[in-house]
Amino acid sequence: MSKDNQILEELTSKEYEHGWSVNYETDEAPAGLNEDIIRWISAKKEEPEWLLEWRLKAFRTWLNMAEPSWANVTYPKIDLQALKYYSAPKQAKKTKSLNEVDPELIAIYERLGISLNEQKRLQGIAVDAVLDSVSVATTFKDTLGKLGIVFCSFSEAVKEHPELVKKYLGSVVPMTDNYYAALNSAVFSDGSFCYIPKGVRCPMELSTYFRINAANTGQFERTLIVAEESSYVSYLEGCTAPQRDENQLHAAVVEIYAAAHAEVKYSTVQNWFPGDKEGKGGIYNFVTKRGICEGDHSKISWTQVETGSAVTWKYPSCILKGDHSIGEFYSVAVTNNYQQADTGTKMIHIGKNTKSRIVSKGISAGKSQNSYRGQVQVMKRADNARNFSQCDSLLMGDRCGAHTFPYIDINNPSAKVEHEATTSKIGEDQIFYCNQRGIATEDAVALIVNGYAKEVLNQLPMEFAVEAQKLLALTLEGSVG
Amino acid sequence: MSTLTIQDTIQGLLAAAPDNFSSSRLKGKENLEAQGLPALKAEEYKFTPITKKLESSILSFSPALPITVTPEMVQSAIFEGFQGDVLVFSNGKYLPELSSKIEGVEVDFISAKENTALGSIAKPEKDAFAALNLASFQDGIFISVPKKSQIEKPILLLSFCQANEGQVIQPRVWIESGDFAEATFMDMTVSLGEQSYFVNKVVEIKGGINSQINYYRIQNEGKNAIEVSNIETDILKDARFTSVNLSLSGDMVRNNLSLNLLGSNSEGNMYGIYMLNGKTHVDNHTNVDHTIPHAESNELYKGILADQSRGVFNGKIFVRQDAQKTNAFQQNNNILLSEDAIVNTKPQLEIWADDVKCSHGCTVGQLDEEALFYLQARGIDKVSAKGLLLYAFAGEVLEKIEDESFRDYAIGLIQERLGSKF
Repeated sequence: MSKDNQILEELTSKEYEHGWSVNYETDEAPAGLNEDIIRWISAKKEEPEWLLEWRLKAFRTWLNMAEPSWANVTYPKIDLQALKYYSAPKQAKKTKSLNEVDPELIAIYERLGISLNEQKRLQGIAVDAVLDSVSVATTFKDTLGKLGIVFCSFSEAVKEHPELVKKYLGSVVPMTDNYYAALNSAVFSDGSFCYIPKGVRCPMELSTYFRINAANTGQFERTLIVAEESSYVSYLEGCTAPQRDENQLHAAVVEIYAAAHAEVKYSTVQNWFPGDKEGKGGIYNFVTKRGICEGDHSKISWTQVETGSAVTWKYPSCILKGDHSIGEFYSVAVTNNYQQADTGTKMIHIGKNTKSRIVSKGISAGKSQNSYRGQVQVMKRADNARNFSQCDSLLMGDRCGAHTFPYIDINNPSAKVEHEATTSKIGEDQIFYCNQRGIATEDAVALIVNGYAKEVLNQLPMEFAVEAQKLLALTLEGSVG
Repeated sequence: MSTLTIQDTIQGLLAAAPDNFSSSRLKGKENLEAQGLPALKAEEYKFTPITKKLESSILSFSPALPITVTPEMVQSAIFEGFQGDVLVFSNGKYLPELSSKIEGVEVDFISAKENTALGSIAKPEKDAFAALNLASFQDGIFISVPKKSQIEKPILLLSFCQANEGQVIQPRVWIESGDFAEATFMDMTVSLGEQSYFVNKVVEIKGGINSQINYYRIQNEGKNAIEVSNIETDILKDARFTSVNLSLSGDMVRNNLSLNLLGSNSEGNMYGIYMLNGKTHVDNHTNVDHTIPHAESNELYKGILADQSRGVFNGKIFVRQDAQKTNAFQQNNNILLSEDAIVNTKPQLEIWADDVKCSHGCTVGQLDEEALFYLQARGIDKVSAKGLLLYAFAGEVLEKIEDESFRDYAIGLIQERLGSKF
């Protein structure tokens, strides 16, 4: 196995590609968490009174909440008082067009491979770029605006579409939902807002790109997607952060609302800094994502490729309230070195004839721990609910762990629920077969892993699929157990 | 409604405990106090609010006194075709005068075997009820199967239970087998009277190297009976242990079954059926711990739930870092027959070794309409057709029972419940 070890070593010595940081002038809140900070953030963002009240209410509830400890992850206690809750690149004034955005900031995104220049972009993706606490630019706004689609930063939405924000904010993830959701509700700084009017099929992929740059800050963004009747949108989210020794907290909330016959597809390629190979540093990714299929025949589909973060705690969920609504969850979670991931989904069947499908592929290498935690709940009046879940784990190396915690709660006799899970490693016979045909071990592993994850990767929009495939190869290249 | 608190529970029962096994009892007591009885929504008892149930149903939290058991009662309780030895218990107390003398097997009161390492297999750290039993059991039975002896006749542990002044029955069974020994145990209860009682049972089984032990159990408790059982076994090298558990009735039943695979080439099998009606609530928690390489475990639990019954299943498989080349398979299938029946199932895998084959699967569904139609089209009425399909569903588990007479008896019970013979 010496060759495998050698390959493993090569892999672990691979540096995190997006580990650089840039110095730019920032506007920061002082460290600490209290009502004054919340007022400060709210004032800074020139928010209306109701939103400040909403934040404060969330904060007061949060004070009485305890940090959840049920997840299968361990990490030192986070000192929330030591964090800065707001950090924004200094901009002279509000920018109207991309030409006015500080070229330095655009350069950051260029370096990440995200061109904010509309002409240079591949056709078909509009981007909202979020740097630390604020959105720096949103592309293709005019094109989308013609169709009545609102796609802008959250702060802008609060100013320009307060009625929409007020109506839907917290409607899917209530401010008191859980510890981190409440924290986010109190201190969220920015994020994306997206509104697709009735009957509109969004012509391009919408995308948010999150980047944490500043040190000692937490990123708390909030995304709200509202799809009105018979509309369709595909939404992408990507994230990276610089390589730092200390851990940083990322506690986001994503809410999706789908009215009758609407379809929302939400894809994430999460590549936060995972910590170095000794497990030092990295992002704590504690995210609450939930969508509600409010109307009949609506559909929400989550696809995630999780390769980054030191600790992940994330359960994109679907509440299938409308009759005939559909929820889907496709996930590839890769952990290496000392990474820990506890991720999965919840499918709550409330309406009749609802369907859900879960495909989760976990890959653990190094000394990492990878857990799938999911719940399928069929309520009493959810006649003819149908669920299929599949969660497979692939182990590479004998120091890692793969865990499965599926909860299946059925209260209706007409439900049909299936769950299956397997755990295995890459077979020596499979490698041998490839070797025989002249494929080097390293390529064989990439081939097998990609084949293993294909069912999920196929769900990603084309551009993201390419990125995800590269990421997988980068994270796992050659690690034969 | 009583206003029983956890403190009262502990004190009432502890005060009534005999003063033997003092160090084991102390350990039980300490663990019980540290854990307390499971709180509402505690993860391990999430769907089974046992403490609340006890608080509302058990008024006298003290040991039930033994009731009179006659030879006729024993005779009529033994199922047809049974060819074996019987050990009789009255409210957990072993009755040697009504029991068979078993050739080649040592049987005695636990109290006569002060050196038994009680609590070393069913550890009080793991479960509050195991701790409670250890701290306060009255007496129990000690069964030892010597090295290389093959006990061909099955041994039936027949318990008679009835509330009698107190309502708490705490049976304790210790089974040890020498290397290369073979034995089959059957565990049955006869419920008497309508009054609620609480059985808190602990069975510890220590298998020798290359031993083969079968433990078959039928839970056909009275409809007001509350039961928690902790059955735990250590399986050594080349040994095999098979458990088959049939749960048919009771008020609230919780079974903790734990298999510790401690030697290579060992095999642990757990099979179960829960076929429930009325308001019966049965919770099966199983736990397989693979600590060494080259061991195998198989698990198959099937549930048929009618009326307002509730079935809970939680199967844990742990594969420790050293347990390479493990094969572990787990399956849980459920059929819901009524609007008000509930299933909560959680098949759980925790794996730290990479060279393993593990899988689990679980399904919840109903009878196949097409299969029903097929049978009806051939002149079988709907009720019989349903029965036939359910019987076939349960059959996969029933066929794991090696003892013919016991299997026939179990089949008879299932058929009786299904309302027709096949």
